[in-house]
Amino acid sequence: MINMILNGLEISVEKGTTLLETANFYGIEIPTLCHDEGLSSYGACRLCLVEVGPPGRSWLVSSCTYPAREGLVVRTHTRRIARARRMLIELYLATCPSSKTIQDLACQFQVTAVRFRQRHDDCILCGLCVRMCDEQMQAKAIGLVDRGADRRVATPFDKKSEQCRLCGGCQYICPACQARCQGPQEENPICNACLNLAPPCLEEYEDAMCYMDPCVACELKGNN
Amino acid sequence: MQDLKGDLSVLDKPVAGNNGVSLISAMHDIQEKYSYLPEEVLRELAAETDTPLIEIYRIATFYKHFSLTPKGKHRIVSCTGTACHVRGIEVVNTEVSRLLGVEPGSTTADGKYSLETVNCLGACALAPLVVIDGEYYGNMTASRIRKIIRKHDKKTEKTACSCSSSAK
Repeated sequence: MINMILNGLEISVEKGTTLLETANFYGIEIPTLCHDEGLSSYGACRLCLVEVGPPGRSWLVSSCTYPAREGLVVRTHTRRIARARRMLIELYLATCPSSKTIQDLACQFQVTAVRFRQRHDDCILCGLCVRMCDEQMQAKAIGLVDRGADRRVATPFDKKSEQCRLCGGCQYICPACQARCQGPQEENPICNACLNLAPPCLEEYEDAMCYMDPCVACELKGNN
Repeated sequence: MQDLKGDLSVLDKPVAGNNGVSLISAMHDIQEKYSYLPEEVLRELAAETDTPLIEIYRIATFYKHFSLTPKGKHRIVSCTGTACHVRGIEVVNTEVSRLLGVEPGSTTADGKYSLETVNCLGACALAPLVVIDGEYYGNMTASRIRKIIRKHDKKTEKTACSCSSSAK
């Protein structure tokens, strides 16, 4: 077992655990876009940033790829992290505003403005679909090709792949594929509708059982 | 077009499977033979080495050296590094493009020349630098490149009439 300090709490975890798994185990929620339990860690989205090291000399690492170490001091919700995370969400909004997952994150972290030039891509290059195809479906039909600004997910020679069984795993796991509730509106890159949503459930029904997970309205009001 | 169906005879040694290093050297050999990476040969390579085709495609698209489209018989490479840029490679590039009628990164219609740009050739003292078929031409100007290409044109016409037939 490894002893370390998480948010001021002395904890012990098994060797080989990542910081993200550790935090989740202790009930601390860390947002991610490129991590899935059944797949290998990739560290592409950087949303799972945590602060590591003693105060004043700390640095930010992606918790999904950083293994727990003896005596490590980790903080998961500092002002520095919040600032970095909101910047990332803003950048994602500027890239791919049509995704519900990203719009939800914007609401959750109260990102209300995008200061960057608006694009309307349909991919954030998180690599989830590629890992899904490779590791879970054992097909290796798609991959990340080209590089730099031209990097994209594609099949070999951009033709229909012989390895593809049309399982749909790539679509299932894609955080950018699910269209946002209102539908993409070019003139309005941020939805933020959930920000103004009051949770009516608890006021109207005393014994309401809510299956909306996550309900952003509830989370914002702290009623979760 | 040559028949490329599964022709791996270009490889001087068998490739060991699933190993990035030997894959790349095999792809080097293929590119040297055909002047580009033909799809059929890459498919054969994938089958031979038991590597997913997407892996080979990923490598082929990642490295600038590899090309998936046929290259010309003669390669004109111009350097766009800092030193060459400062000393006016742009003018030279424009002149070459005008002479051959193609943009950098493409091949002339007759398959004779392909125009490429690289980020630095590491010979900044010779800037602006153009390499034609492995021969370095330093201190390039628009008027000099015109002469050199004209001379090169004449020389290749004399020596190899086969170039136009094999490039088809």
